[in-house]
Amino acid sequence: MALANLSRRAFLQTTAAGTAGLALSLGGATRAFAADLTVGIVYVGARDDFGWNQAHAVAIQALKLVPGVKVVEEENVPETDACAKTMESMINLDGAGLILATSFGYYTPFVVDMAKKYPKVEFRHAAPLWDKDKDPKNAGSYFGYLNQGHYVDGVAAGLSTKSNKLGFVAAKPIASVLSNINSFMLGARKVNPNAVVQVIFTGDWSMPVREAEAASALVDAGCDVITCHVDSPKVVIETAEKRGVKSCGHNASQAPLAPKGFITGAEYKWETIYKGYAADLAAGKTLSNFTAGGIELDMVQNTPFGAGATDAAKTAATAAIADMKAKKPIYVGPLKDNKTGKIVIDKTYGNLDPYLDQMNYLLEGVVGSIT
Amino acid sequence: MNDGLATVLIAMLGGAIRVSTPFMFVALGECLTEKSGRVNLGLEGTLVLGAMVAYAASYHTGSPWAGVFAAGVAGSALGAMHGSICKLPKVNDVAVGIAMMLFGTGVAFFFGKPYIQPTAPRLPSLPLGGWSDSSSLKSALDVNPLFFVGIVIAIVMAWALRNTRWGLVVRTVGDSAAAARAMGISVDLVRFLTTTVGGFLAGVGGAFLSLSYPGSWNQGLSSGQGLMAVALVIFARWNPMRCVIAALLFGGAGAIGPALQSVGITQGYYFFNAAPYILTLVIMIATSSAKRSARDMPGELSMAR
Amino acid sequence: MSTGAPTASEVPAVAMKPAAGSDFALRLRANSEYVAIPAFALLMAALLFALFLLAIGKSPIDFVAYVWRGGFGTAFSFQNTLQRSSPLILTALAVAIPARIGLIMIGAEGALVLGGFAAAAIAVPMIGVAPPFLTLAIMVVAAIAVGGLWVGIAGYLRYARGVNETIASLLLTYIGIAIMNFFVEGVLRDASNPNKPSTKPLGDAYMVGKIPGTDVHWGFAVGVLLAIALYILMTRTTFGFAARVTGGNFRAALAQGLPVGKLIVSCAMIAGGCAGLAGFFEVAAIQGRANASLAAGYGFTGILVSFLARHNPLVIVPVAILFGGLVASGGLIQRRMDLPDATVLVLQGLIFVVLLTSETLYGRFAFFKPIKGRDRT
Repeated sequence: MALANLSRRAFLQTTAAGTAGLALSLGGATRAFAADLTVGIVYVGARDDFGWNQAHAVAIQALKLVPGVKVVEEENVPETDACAKTMESMINLDGAGLILATSFGYYTPFVVDMAKKYPKVEFRHAAPLWDKDKDPKNAGSYFGYLNQGHYVDGVAAGLSTKSNKLGFVAAKPIASVLSNINSFMLGARKVNPNAVVQVIFTGDWSMPVREAEAASALVDAGCDVITCHVDSPKVVIETAEKRGVKSCGHNASQAPLAPKGFITGAEYKWETIYKGYAADLAAGKTLSNFTAGGIELDMVQNTPFGAGATDAAKTAATAAIADMKAKKPIYVGPLKDNKTGKIVIDKTYGNLDPYLDQMNYLLEGVVGSIT
Repeated sequence: MNDGLATVLIAMLGGAIRVSTPFMFVALGECLTEKSGRVNLGLEGTLVLGAMVAYAASYHTGSPWAGVFAAGVAGSALGAMHGSICKLPKVNDVAVGIAMMLFGTGVAFFFGKPYIQPTAPRLPSLPLGGWSDSSSLKSALDVNPLFFVGIVIAIVMAWALRNTRWGLVVRTVGDSAAAARAMGISVDLVRFLTTTVGGFLAGVGGAFLSLSYPGSWNQGLSSGQGLMAVALVIFARWNPMRCVIAALLFGGAGAIGPALQSVGITQGYYFFNAAPYILTLVIMIATSSAKRSARDMPGELSMAR
Repeated sequence: MSTGAPTASEVPAVAMKPAAGSDFALRLRANSEYVAIPAFALLMAALLFALFLLAIGKSPIDFVAYVWRGGFGTAFSFQNTLQRSSPLILTALAVAIPARIGLIMIGAEGALVLGGFAAAAIAVPMIGVAPPFLTLAIMVVAAIAVGGLWVGIAGYLRYARGVNETIASLLLTYIGIAIMNFFVEGVLRDASNPNKPSTKPLGDAYMVGKIPGTDVHWGFAVGVLLAIALYILMTRTTFGFAARVTGGNFRAALAQGLPVGKLIVSCAMIAGGCAGLAGFFEVAAIQGRANASLAAGYGFTGILVSFLARHNPLVIVPVAILFGGLVASGGLIQRRMDLPDATVLVLQGLIFVVLLTSETLYGRFAFFKPIKGRDRT
């Protein structure tokens, strides 16, 4: 939020320093941008939802500071042909030359189709889905590997629990959610081999009453640390606080919502990516097709410790953050799934390995089922 | 497994108390409106607007009860709007209700933007579970006063409909407008008042959502609760006490999904989450029959034939 | 009953008394009521909304200009509008047909979701095996059958058990969405798409294309044709007549020995079939797979479209286009005027409230009643 107060000079300095994104720029495949550029941003929900969309909307302010760049934004665009039409409308009526699509479900088929239809327009989509062999060269992906933040949460939570039961309220069983759950569990088991993570799927990205019920049910089942992956974690964190258990955040800082029990939280730092884009645009450079990273590239961070963090938890979590910065792998194979005991992760994978983007299982140590 | 069963049952008890209150208020409001022979399907919009206004008012005044009152006033405004439009001849109350649902939701979203992030003072609850050692039972029995207010309103409404002159007037208007006119009753005025009061109650139901449970304002807050509450009235056969029971049942069923997952029964959670809908449908099928479907239905209701 | 559907005695002259030999000019004058009053209502809604905009410091003139530009003014915009109106035509028909027989069905959303899901599911084993044309034909049949069955259940429960059809169809919608999610995130999930649980993609060869020379998919043309066909069915056939009689007076229909049960279930099934077809087009023309995005609210928007069209299948088409235009231009308004998305919701709500209120004006003006003996009280 403090971004609005940044002077342009300060802004340019920080962006110049922070453009070290993981860049797989395909030389010459894409064109450089002209001086005047309209950027169209598409959001799946309200821009001020205190969750996923707001995190993007706040960080995207960076683009507005670039001279010659105009930003047009549209919110509450469902993952139907409405999003294709919105992108098209931005191109046809607003003259947009760059589209940033910020919801997972926009990619196939809509972003891909539009990129094929408008080869002169650049598209960037917020999920690690761009495939350099199959997908158009004027499309691309950017993403923060939030599971690293959840891993750090897990380390802190594993030392904070007395019952050895940790609760996770999740929206839908998609790869990025499953990775957050599994990483949270692996973090907890790293410091506390007896810890288990109990997960409840609500089936919806935003369903406040059911999220509160789920958090409550987890506490009833004996969980004494609660975290979540839903669009807007406010309700889950507040419910945990009300029930007197500790909590870890998701998406953005929820520290003020739980003055007693908040430990730490996994936060996206989209501004690193958007500032990088802004610097590239200002310099007239082509945006890279694939920009992704975690804590090591400052695209993900952990919320400063709250009152719920004990000294032991703080020390271990700080060490875990250092591990992430040193690119120490989270998924040290072999690892089994929690249903059949089958080995699903055969060896150790690097934290950004595309193999992990295909995750469709919960690991041993997690109680819950994806169907 | 016995532990698991106890967990699920306690969760359902807690769910029944926590989740049922907005259903109860909307259903009672709708029950009163329908008793006078009019349907207001727009209470979903009223609920959402009530939730937003309550949160905003609580935030600005610092008093959650002022928020509850403000939500009631906003709800009555929408109710009065519905009531005065529908008294015009040839205007269809069901359709106006659907339009009002859109309008109320739109207004709430439009003006609610600045209140999504701030934290407003919530309603305190009564810790009735202090005697128990079990923290889950304690929490299940942490009851918001509005829950009891709802039950009292239901009792008063049931009694008043049966035993007072006002109740007789409302029922007469609902059963036969012609008879009411013959008695010199202003049918339009009665329906206007019942719709306004119904709107007030639905607004208060919204205040419960944003100020007690889940206790936060955002655009996804009501996922059809207002619409379902209108359904519960039919399910409850236009009886205020049965509205309370229906709301409790529905709230308890809503807790099944998360509770079962929390004790390790995790397969098929989509169906457990749909339990309230399935249960309602099954009970409706079981309790109705072709011949006596309209038994308790106010005769003037546009749904009746 | 009163579903807002004109009962037999107050159906517009076009619908009920075709070319009864009366003077063309007089009939035109009589029917112009159905244009003049909605036009007046739209104007009133626009005025109210203009006041709202002025109150929050925005320019109503800009707003109108953007609605025009974003929804109708350019070739792109108008095609955008038509495409957005296609599911609405079908889901509105799913409300209008039962309304004619006196039922308020709000279950189009569930039938759309399950119909689309059935189409995608049945296609899975056929892709690459059966030819596209055959596959699509079977998908259409599956979508219509499952959609028809779903709303048909509500119709049957209404007739056989007296279960309120409005509530039953709403409950069935929630249950239908749960069923779809269960399969899409379970046994039918495409493992190669880890980030959005979906069925296996159809692939380009198995998709329904666009209407040649346009950017609008075939769902629009099918919707228009179906609207015409259902208009004829409901106004020019024995079936339609019997259905309207039942809707007008249930007991009289029973007394006359009409097959009331069959009529009710048939109308419900036609409705569900229309919504199922909308689901088919969502899958086969847009998404290329079934997933949670099928539940995008088209079924609920269709309710309003149908009520505004007074459940007349022919009128549904222009109303759906108007609606599509509002939605299509909503984005441009957000972008250019910096208004939140809820603005369009407020406008829609206002338009509908005012249009529905204007119903009271019908028959009040002598100008529109030149034909002798017309009863419209």
